[in-house]
Amino acid sequence: MSQSDIDPPQLYAAREPIFPRRVQGWYRNLKWVIMAVTLAIYYIFPWIRWDRGPSLPDQAVLVDLANRRFFFFWIEIWPHEFYFVAGLLVMAGLGLFLFTSALGRVWCGYACPQTVWTDLFILTERWVEGDRNARLRLWNAPWSAHKARLRVTKWLIWLLISVMTGGAWIFYFTDAPTLLGNLLTGQAHPAAYMTMAVLTGTTFLFGGFAREQICIYACPWPRIQAAMMDEDTLTVAYRDWRGEPRGKIRKDEATRSDGGDKGDCIDCMACVNVCPMGIDIRDGQQLECITCALCIDACDDVMDRIGKPRGLIDYMALKDENAERAGAEPKPLIRHILRPRTLLYFTLWSGIGVAMLVALFMRSPFDLNVTPVRNPLFVTMSDGAIRNTYALRLRNKQGSSREFAISVTDGDGGIAQSVALALEGQPSDSVSVEADSTFTQRLYLTAAPDSALATGGQAELTLWVEDATDGVKSSIETVFYGRGE
Amino acid sequence: MADTDDEHTSPKNPDNRIGLERQAADQAHKQQIAASAPETAGRRPGATRVVRDRKGARKVVEVPSTGHSWDGIEEYDNPLPRWWLWTFYATIVWSVGYVIAYPAIPLVNGATRGVLGETMRSNVAAEIQRFNEANAPIRAKLVETPLDEIATDPELANFTTNAGGAIFRTWCAQCHGSGAGGAPGYPSLLDNDWLWGGTLEDIYMTVQHGIRDPKDGDTRYSEMPRFGTDEMLESEQIDQVVNYVLQISDQPHDADLAAEGAVVYADNCSACHAEDGTGDRMQGAPDLTDAISLYGTDPETITRIVRDGPFGVMPAWNARLSEADIRAVASYVHSLGGGE
Repeated sequence: MSQSDIDPPQLYAAREPIFPRRVQGWYRNLKWVIMAVTLAIYYIFPWIRWDRGPSLPDQAVLVDLANRRFFFFWIEIWPHEFYFVAGLLVMAGLGLFLFTSALGRVWCGYACPQTVWTDLFILTERWVEGDRNARLRLWNAPWSAHKARLRVTKWLIWLLISVMTGGAWIFYFTDAPTLLGNLLTGQAHPAAYMTMAVLTGTTFLFGGFAREQICIYACPWPRIQAAMMDEDTLTVAYRDWRGEPRGKIRKDEATRSDGGDKGDCIDCMACVNVCPMGIDIRDGQQLECITCALCIDACDDVMDRIGKPRGLIDYMALKDENAERAGAEPKPLIRHILRPRTLLYFTLWSGIGVAMLVALFMRSPFDLNVTPVRNPLFVTMSDGAIRNTYALRLRNKQGSSREFAISVTDGDGGIAQSVALALEGQPSDSVSVEADSTFTQRLYLTAAPDSALATGGQAELTLWVEDATDGVKSSIETVFYGRGE
Repeated sequence: MADTDDEHTSPKNPDNRIGLERQAADQAHKQQIAASAPETAGRRPGATRVVRDRKGARKVVEVPSTGHSWDGIEEYDNPLPRWWLWTFYATIVWSVGYVIAYPAIPLVNGATRGVLGETMRSNVAAEIQRFNEANAPIRAKLVETPLDEIATDPELANFTTNAGGAIFRTWCAQCHGSGAGGAPGYPSLLDNDWLWGGTLEDIYMTVQHGIRDPKDGDTRYSEMPRFGTDEMLESEQIDQVVNYVLQISDQPHDADLAAEGAVVYADNCSACHAEDGTGDRMQGAPDLTDAISLYGTDPETITRIVRDGPFGVMPAWNARLSEADIRAVASYVHSLGGGE
């Protein structure tokens, strides 16, 4: 490379246009399947119905912000059970650690929405404008009616996809069929239109124009991932000891793979032309590489055609690169994947998952918590009795209205002596709570004058709540403040 | 290498040893990294990068190094993406629009108003307006509903608990306490002892017209005579009647003085506090026999009350609060545990 080929550095660089070529192969097929599944989940989930009875929404997956409920098929999460969401986030985090330490940037290459939607947008682009060479020609061609027609068609299809993407998102937050009707008749809430507009805009911009710029400049995740990869992590790599020196070969000329001096790489640029990030994998590991493995498919195809073994570009661990270069046999990939670090991540990940499942199935059909009203700590009644006030919050998570009987025992579960229980506004010791709702009841415990509770300091008591319909009982500890003589 | 005679670099100087060991360790580490790094067959250009021009043709540009290198990883001085620059210009354009639309530039008195005329004050006013409009129907319903039916209507009960609580904490908490527990001279609203009555009707009446409010003709009014200050009783008689009050409220007392005090009580006090000392709500005369007292139960306090006849004042709220607010706060107080 002579000095005159090298341009002086610039302060700012324009985006270099990338025209990924079509490619076929095992990894491409895997990516098609993952794209179909993830997009199907995203678009179809809000439309699945799930019967929960008359008082609850029948949408299978619904984030009901107004009523503070999250529905996922048979699971219903209340706001006080947010730890399930926290647990899911912890699992998502550990899952990313697990996959990154074992398989490198597999999230980026296959499942990230940026990758999936960019792939979808490139697919559309190919349908409208043709494959790489046609697109390059169109890019270089001056503006004409033909070029304008293709561009406008492409942008309209992108816009349609973007509107559907932004539209599908809001369906997760309210009843989808109703919202669709309202959206079409212009009666939906402005927030729905705003959310849709913002997501439509970002999808159109990120999928159509920003593409790899998001991964390279905007996304923090690739930078974090680098810290979680080690020498056993799988990455996409070029076997340069087999490929170099690269160059044209005659038919049946011996190369390194069959004992010759020339490398197997024929410098056909297939790996570069298919790359959605616009890099040359033969330069080694680069921060731009999302390990989408399309270069593997492209190179394997070329190797098949020139009659050389596959795998010039392949998934490899750094350890194996050094071993292979020194002439040793590589370890099977599965032995790189199964190692103490990944097993530890998996144990943590599945441990949290199992714990959450157990917690999920052990949830009681109703919840209670109690807050002693400490302003003032106690009230002296006219006969000298001491009364404490409590706010008892009952959550009936069942589909029907329930009657709850409330009683009190001392801290050890024995009968609480000389304590009278009363409920504000209720004629008896029981309270009725509507289906699937929360009710706060003001509750009074009155200790008889000169009883141990009235004259003592702080005492432990237990409040019991019994569902009158099925006899399910639940209890909660609280305290009683006496005069403290 | 080091000059062995120079005390700053000589390995013989123990002070230098740590630094030299550190350098040796760094050197070894660098070699170890260099040995384990994958060798690329001399192709990796390192300080150049391949780009395409606007026509899609490949070309090579030089990337200068910043000169920073850590563990063999060098920091290049790559160009910033141009769209990033545009984003920066866009924020400048945005800021111009923002300065025109919103209050922005500080002046001597205040700041520029902005063409949208937005202020925090107007936002709050609009928010209050919005809530008032939203609450208008239920407030109308509250005014129309008979007092004794408010608690049984779940919608109204919920409203009075929240709105009444807010009114209480705004206007009543200063004297009665934020928990309505009262203070000496200011009655607790939580217990079952009421000066002027504890039914919702009574509380509603008290909130409306207040107690001893000179501006309200319908206010609740009574006055305890200043038996000592106005020389209506001798101090011995005051001692006696105080002991009598201690006796009827089951407290330690002098039985002889109390026996004398019974006579003083019958002559001077029973008209308002009743013959048995249980008080009279028509006159706001407290029950002297129970465990609750407005000012205190110790002999000194009772003596002071008999001598000086103190009394409290509560303003009439019908001049300041709307009918719905008064009903809401009366219902709230009634639901705190003492309501009758």
